Amino acid sequence: MRRPDPGRIVVYVVLGLALIPVLFPVYYAFAGAVMGPGDLASYPPSLVPSALHWANFGDVFRSVPLGRFYLNSAVQAGVITLAQVVTSILAAYAFAFLRMPAKAATFGLFLATLMVPWEAIIIPNYLAISDWGLTRGGLTYLGLVLPFLASAFGTFLLRQAFLQFPSELRDAAVIDGCGHWRLLWRVVVPLSKPSIAAVAVYVFLSAWNQYFWPLILIRDAEYQTLQIGISQLNDAEAAQPGLVLAGVALSLLPTLAVVLFGQRYIVRGLTAGALR
Amino acid sequence: MVFALFIFWPLARTFYLSTHGNDIFGAPSTYVGLDHYTEMLSGEFGEVLATTALFTLVSVLPAIVGALVVVLLLEARLRGVRVLRTAFALPFAFSVATASVVFAVIYNPAIGIANGLLGAVGIDRVDWLTDPSIALPAVGLATVWMNLGYNVLVLSAGVAAIPPEVVEAARLDGATGWRLATGITIPLLSPQLFFLVVVSTIHALQSFGQIHILTKGGPDDATTTLVYSIYERAFAFGSSDFGGASAQAVVLLAIMLICTAVQFGILERRVHYR
Repeated sequence: MRRPDPGRIVVYVVLGLALIPVLFPVYYAFAGAVMGPGDLASYPPSLVPSALHWANFGDVFRSVPLGRFYLNSAVQAGVITLAQVVTSILAAYAFAFLRMPAKAATFGLFLATLMVPWEAIIIPNYLAISDWGLTRGGLTYLGLVLPFLASAFGTFLLRQAFLQFPSELRDAAVIDGCGHWRLLWRVVVPLSKPSIAAVAVYVFLSAWNQYFWPLILIRDAEYQTLQIGISQLNDAEAAQPGLVLAGVALSLLPTLAVVLFGQRYIVRGLTAGALR
Repeated sequence: MVFALFIFWPLARTFYLSTHGNDIFGAPSTYVGLDHYTEMLSGEFGEVLATTALFTLVSVLPAIVGALVVVLLLEARLRGVRVLRTAFALPFAFSVATASVVFAVIYNPAIGIANGLLGAVGIDRVDWLTDPSIALPAVGLATVWMNLGYNVLVLSAGVAAIPPEVVEAARLDGATGWRLATGITIPLLSPQLFFLVVVSTIHALQSFGQIHILTKGGPDDATTTLVYSIYERAFAFGSSDFGGASAQAVVLLAIMLICTAVQFGILERRVHYR
């Protein structure tokens, strides 16, 4: 037991005070979701629901097809994640282990794409995708994912991980007659699982949270992603904050689960650049 | 593997590069030369750039300083530090869209809780999103909130990577609290802080969802940043001024590259690397 220290009490108090503004919007999103119209319009405002008004959740589904939005987002983010993980693994393996002409230059070119903001090239992309007719019906899915099937970020992170791979293991596998393809999928990939998981979590979160691209691309309401759907819910039902917050609360569940249970991987993926 | 290298890999790269072509004049009908660029020299675009700079400042700095304070305090070997760290990281679960919608509800002038609480202590109602001088800081505040969790995660990881011997040695030399923070922890965190400055600035320059949801660039263009201006010109209200918007996109690209270069050039020298 360390001796009690007045400084520590101060630290607790300051942290507690800092937590209030940080946690309040989180709390309010969920508390407001079960508040009836009376609570939300009362004066002075109520911070705690006087009664649990579950009807908000039912009303959300009557206002917008939230289930369908969920499905659309799951397809969009799922396909992007799977595709980026696979292409990143292949590209990273090539950059880490294969001999090829102008490898350094190609890799430099790859990294340079990281500096190009998506917003600066969104117009030609939009024109191309809409020229190809990928903004209507089921083809919308294709339009949503096509520009995001590969990423320099994932390639970079996995290449770093692959480069730390012990060369004795690789030599042993090659001596045992392992070709590149088997070496990659049987040896390198299984031993790099944490890095791959970090890429997957990062890619999934950024795809799931996309806003600009789905906003301009999607023309048919039934192919709307969750993020756009929630923003439209806010526009349509601004007079009923309880209903809007119920929609927010429902849409938060997957990312909340990822943050609570996948924090380790998030930190790994997000700080890969910070730690060098 | 040969197939993987020469078929999948170029295929992936083709997809990749095909998404990066930058045709300046999206659907070119006539050649207009530098007209879009000279047009930008008029006052309006200057205001867009000023708004962008101000927005970047008010959304980046507080989020980094705030996260640093929190992380330093969390270092005080408290009980329950894991729970606290998770609590501070919670905003990270919010997407830009969901966070913006929550703030839209909070800022609602008539029934929002922000004005409700102010009213309860006798302060007049504030037009958070419709007063031209308040809208930008209000959107900035929401953005600070969105980014705080990420900054806390990054800095916590940095603190965890500091060798315990270093901290222990400093403690034995009698360094505590403030001196430990300024003499040991902050210098050793400089790579993470540097990373956050670069990444947050780039991120702030690209902010779009919160502006689209909270203010639509208004009131009176007070929150029309560069990216929002690109959106408005090219896509909003059936406008399809792809040429003008593309010219602005080129400016965005240039600013981004300059920022990265300047930040690497100036900050890199002052950063402590282990």
